[in-house]
Amino acid sequence: MYRYDEFDHDFVQARVAEFSDQVQRRLSGEITEDQFRPLRLMNGVYLQLHAYMLRIAVPYGTLNGKQLRMLGHIARKYDKGYGHFTTRQNIQFNWPALSDIPAILADLASVEMHAIQTSGNCIRNVTADHFAGAAADEVADPRPYAEILRQWSSVHPEFSFLPRKFKIAVTGAARDRAAIQTHDIGLHLKKNAAGELGFAVYIGGGQGRTPMVARKIRDFLPEADLLSYCTAILRVYNLYGRRDNKYKARIKILVHETGVEEITRQVEAEWQELKDAELKLPEADIRAIEAYFAPPALAERPEGDQAVKLARLDSKGFSEWLDQNVVTHRHPDYAAVTISLKGIGEVPGDASDSQMEAIADIAETYAFDELRVSHEQNLILPHVARADLKAVYDALVGIGLATANSNLISDIIACPGLDYCALATARSIPIAQEISRRFASLERQREIGELKLKISGCINACGHHHVGHIGILGVEKKGSELYQVTLGGSADENTSVGEIIGRGFSSEEITDAIEQIVETYLGLRLDPQEKFIDAYRRVGPAPFKEALYAGEAKAA
Amino acid sequence: MKILTANRLSDGIAVWYADGGWAETVNHADLAHDKAAEDRLEAIGAKAYAANEVVDVNLIDAEVVNGVVEPVRLRERIRAAGPTIRSDLGKQAAKAA
Repeated sequence: MYRYDEFDHDFVQARVAEFSDQVQRRLSGEITEDQFRPLRLMNGVYLQLHAYMLRIAVPYGTLNGKQLRMLGHIARKYDKGYGHFTTRQNIQFNWPALSDIPAILADLASVEMHAIQTSGNCIRNVTADHFAGAAADEVADPRPYAEILRQWSSVHPEFSFLPRKFKIAVTGAARDRAAIQTHDIGLHLKKNAAGELGFAVYIGGGQGRTPMVARKIRDFLPEADLLSYCTAILRVYNLYGRRDNKYKARIKILVHETGVEEITRQVEAEWQELKDAELKLPEADIRAIEAYFAPPALAERPEGDQAVKLARLDSKGFSEWLDQNVVTHRHPDYAAVTISLKGIGEVPGDASDSQMEAIADIAETYAFDELRVSHEQNLILPHVARADLKAVYDALVGIGLATANSNLISDIIACPGLDYCALATARSIPIAQEISRRFASLERQREIGELKLKISGCINACGHHHVGHIGILGVEKKGSELYQVTLGGSADENTSVGEIIGRGFSSEEITDAIEQIVETYLGLRLDPQEKFIDAYRRVGPAPFKEALYAGEAKAA
Repeated sequence: MKILTANRLSDGIAVWYADGGWAETVNHADLAHDKAAEDRLEAIGAKAYAANEVVDVNLIDAEVVNGVVEPVRLRERIRAAGPTIRSDLGKQAAKAA
C-alpha cells in the first residue's frame, strides 16, 4: 500500500505542529471560537451533542495493521474505548477532549495518518471500491488514481474554499461497489478497445435534501488526463457553483440548473486550455504510484480447496460465513473477507479498542497486513488464502465479529443520528438495532436474500437512505421522531433514488412496517433468485402501498 | 421555562448553568420563569462565551419533573443523559455507577 514519501511526512508533521499551536491559542483564549471554528474543521474536529468529534481520514479506505492498532490505542487512551467507521470509509471518535487532540494527531502521524480535509468546503477523502486490488472483476486497481487525486487535492490553493464540500469516488470494476454515481465526481476506471486505461467520468451525483444521480459527461478519458479534466470540472464548479444558498451549493445543483450538455461544453472548453500543460500525468509517474499499490506476492496455496471443503463439513457456522461474507479473489487460491461490524443488535460501524487490535493481528497474520474500510461500514481483509479462511473465521468468532450477514437485511448502514449528531432530527441507531433483532435469524435473512437497508437521522442523508433498497429517513414531527420509508433506491452501476412510499411511521411502528414490506416482497417475487430491488423495479410501489396503508383507507 | 446550556471549551462536555457556575448535569440548572430571567441567563452565557469558558451556548426549554429539571426536547434530553444506545456513556453512566 501507499507509503508516505518525505514530502508527505513533512506536510503532516507541519500540520500537527500548526494545529497544536492553534489549539493552545484557543485554550488560552488568544483566539475566539469564530476564529477557531474554521481551523478546527480543516482538521476534522466537530462539536457534537455530547462532546467534540474527531474524524480521521482513511484514504480510499486502505489501512494496515499498525494503523488499525493505533486507532485502537487512541480509542482506549483518549476516547471511550471504541470508534465508529463511516460511509466515507473514515473513522470517527465521539468523545475526544480538545486539549488531547494535538497528542492524538501526533500519534496518528506516527503511523502516517491524519485528519486533514475530513471537513470543510474542500475535496474530501477520495473513496474507492473496498475490494480494490483483490476483486476478480476489476480491470485495474483504482487506488493509484485515488492517491494521485489525494496528492493533487491536498491543500490545493484553488480548491480549498469551494462553494461546498466535494467528494470523488473511483471504481475499477463494471460492478460498482463504490457508489460512484452518488458523488460529485464518479470515476469508472476501464479499458478502451485498444486496451488503454481511462475513465468514464460522471458528475453531479449526491444525496442530502436534493438527491441526484450523477450524469456521465465523458465515456473515456485517458488516464494521463485525470488531473487536467478534474481541474476543469472543479474550475467550472468553483466559478459558477452557488454561494448564496448552502443548500444549493453542491455541483449537483449546478449540473441540474445549467443542464448536462451545457456544463459538459463548459468543462470541455476549460479542459482544452489545460490538457496539454503541466497537469498531464507522465506515464512514469502513474506507474511509480501504481508500484506503491503492487499486490502482495500471493504464493500458490492449492491446499485451500480441500481445507475449505473439510472445514465446511465440520462447522455450519463457518459454512454460512463462507457463503455470505467471503468473495472471489482474482487469484483462485485466495478470497476477500468481509468482517461484519453489524452483529445482531449492535451499533452499525462501531468497533471496540480490543476488536481493532485483534483485527490488526488477524490482518498481519493472515492477510498480508492489508485492511479496508467499506462505505457500508464494515472492515475487509482483501487477500486471505482460502487455506487460512477457517483460522480467520475462528479468530473472528473469538472477538464476536463473525456474523454472516454481508449484503443481507441486517447489514444496515446507519448514520450516528440523534444519539450523537448535532444536526440529526431523529435517532437512527436504535431503529437499526431493532430491525436487526427482528430479523435476527440468519436463515430468514438468507431466505430474503440481498437487501440493502439504509437509515439516516436527518435529511443530510449520511446514512444513504435515498439509495437503500429500503431507505428510512428519521425526521422530527410535532416533537416526536417520525420515520419515512423510501423504496427502490440503489447505489450500484444502476443507481436510482428511492421513492417515498407514503406517510411516515412512529418509532414503535417502523420495524413492523419494514417487516410488512419484506413479507410483501416474499409474497410477490417470481422466485428466490429475484432480489428485492429487481422485484420492486418490476412491480413498482403499488403492492407495498397496499400492504402498508390499505387498512387505513378502508377504516377512513 | 428556560435553562442555559453549552459545551465546555476544553473537553466539549455538555454543561448547564446552575448556582453561579457550569454543572455537568442538568438536574439543578437555574430556571428562567420570565423574560427578564431569560435575559439574565443569556447575558451570563454571552459572557462565558466571550471568556472562552464554553461554546455553543443556548437557552432551551425545560420543565420540572419530580423536583428535578429536565429538558423538553428529545435532542436536549439525549444531551443531558448520553446516547440512548449506550447507557454506560455520558451523564447517565455516572448515575448508573
